[in-house]
Amino acid sequence: MERIPILRMGQFLLVTIQVDMHDRLAVQLQDDLTEKISECSSRGVLIDISTLEIVDSFIGRMLANIAAMARVLDAETVVVGMQPAVAITLVELGMSLTGVRTALNVETGMELLYELRGDFHSEMGG
Amino acid sequence: MKATKQETVPIATSSDVVMARQKVRQWAIEMKFTLVDQTKLVTAASELARNALEHGKGGHMMIEQVENSIKTGLKLVFEDRGPGISDVDAALRDGFTTGGGMGLGLGGSKRLVNDFQIESEPGKGTRVTVVRWK
Amino acid sequence: MSKLPEMINKHHEEIRVDWVKQMSTAVRRADLISNEEVESQSRELMDAIAMGARSGDVTNLDGPAWGQARDTLSAISASRAKQGFTTSETATFVLSLKQPIFNAVRRENASDPAALFDDIWKSTQMVDKLALITADAFQVTREKFIARQQEELMELSTPVVKLWDGILALPIIGTLDSARTQVVMESLLQAVVQTNSRVAIIDITGVPTVDTLVAQHLLKTITAARLMGADCIISGVRPQIAQTIVHLGIDLAGVITKAKLSDAFALALQRTGQVVTKVNGDNSGNKKTLLRREE
Repeated sequence: MERIPILRMGQFLLVTIQVDMHDRLAVQLQDDLTEKISECSSRGVLIDISTLEIVDSFIGRMLANIAAMARVLDAETVVVGMQPAVAITLVELGMSLTGVRTALNVETGMELLYELRGDFHSEMGG
Repeated sequence: MKATKQETVPIATSSDVVMARQKVRQWAIEMKFTLVDQTKLVTAASELARNALEHGKGGHMMIEQVENSIKTGLKLVFEDRGPGISDVDAALRDGFTTGGGMGLGLGGSKRLVNDFQIESEPGKGTRVTVVRWK
Repeated sequence: MSKLPEMINKHHEEIRVDWVKQMSTAVRRADLISNEEVESQSRELMDAIAMGARSGDVTNLDGPAWGQARDTLSAISASRAKQGFTTSETATFVLSLKQPIFNAVRRENASDPAALFDDIWKSTQMVDKLALITADAFQVTREKFIARQQEELMELSTPVVKLWDGILALPIIGTLDSARTQVVMESLLQAVVQTNSRVAIIDITGVPTVDTLVAQHLLKTITAARLMGADCIISGVRPQIAQTIVHLGIDLAGVITKAKLSDAFALALQRTGQVVTKVNGDNSGNKKTLLRREE
């Protein structure tokens, strides 16, 4: 079955969600991420949703779950690139995703992750 | 309302939910809805299709372009032969939370559309009809 | 069998010429529309009517044969609505078709009073229906036009201003209802994306009252901005507003509020890692103020 690829960038993990996910794919991503965070002892996860045109309550819950599970594993999660139309719709739907940190794009998202959890002597060079 | 063209889509698997989203997107684009309105329609469709699948054990969605004397709109009808909802009011009520069961799907979708109607009886299934006007 | 449809089809150009020639200056409104346009509109309409007449039926105008006529009338209505014609002026333009048609009918039925009466009645019905279609279409255009103007007005009244790198200001003037909130959210979020901003200062000096509804709308806007990674600060909170918020038990969910825009700006600078410093000036002894990014 297709899976959403998870890239490792030093102490952080990067996920780019580009497809219109069906529910099983979303659940699979949750599982894969928690495993990988644990496996790599990652300190942060960046989820790029800049090409996602829909975030419904299921996907919203998935993001909130990922953030919560990651935190239990001592990793921070930043969701980046939410499209304006999606943000407006999510708010109308009633989801505020309060437990999820957000940033405008991958660049600012990485800055935020470094601010929160960056180890300045990491192999990424700091 | 004077009805024009329509299409019916089955909702039996989670891939059908994705298909339902894409169909609604296509129709909304063709009818030249704004991006925000498109997103609201597709998201509402996703919620309601999922409800029909999970709670209603499967059903179908009907899409139709409708018109009244001054405007055009997109009408979606979700029907299932599931267990039905015994307390519709409770199902529609939800708070602004980050999660929740079916409640968020129904109540939330109501806010994404202009007209919202739900008919449901325990043992007889559920029908949700929504319209978004241009 | 009525020969009216046939007659209209055969003589439609003559009827048209007669129509335009007879058109009174009141109906023509040369101040709003050029002669060429009147000619072209009359031609389009008469051609469409002829097409409808070829179906043999001039009393039921709902069928596909009369589709062209309906579309032409919609188009004429729409363009006249934009040009400033009133509903009745536009309908009268169509109604004035009666006279030339009656003239043609009289010529054709000179010897048969029964047929004359019949055809006159049928043609009256036809033109009346055409005029009603025109009036309906006119109304739809006007309503769309007014709706669009209202939208533009709402957009104009909620400008989003870039105060500095990464900092936006959104002064809201007037009350915040749900329609306005949609416009505000869209403008703000677009601006956040375009300017890469991390802080948005929402100034409510111009908002007369903040009740639970307005507060809900504000919170929606703030939540939407947060979802895109931008924090909001509310400024311009007057003492009375502060009192109302407390009395109503409104929970602003941890949003920072400031009375003055300047305080909000200072906080925003801090949040974005920027600082305003006074710098010793040039030889003229003027002190210069410099805004620089904190290292």
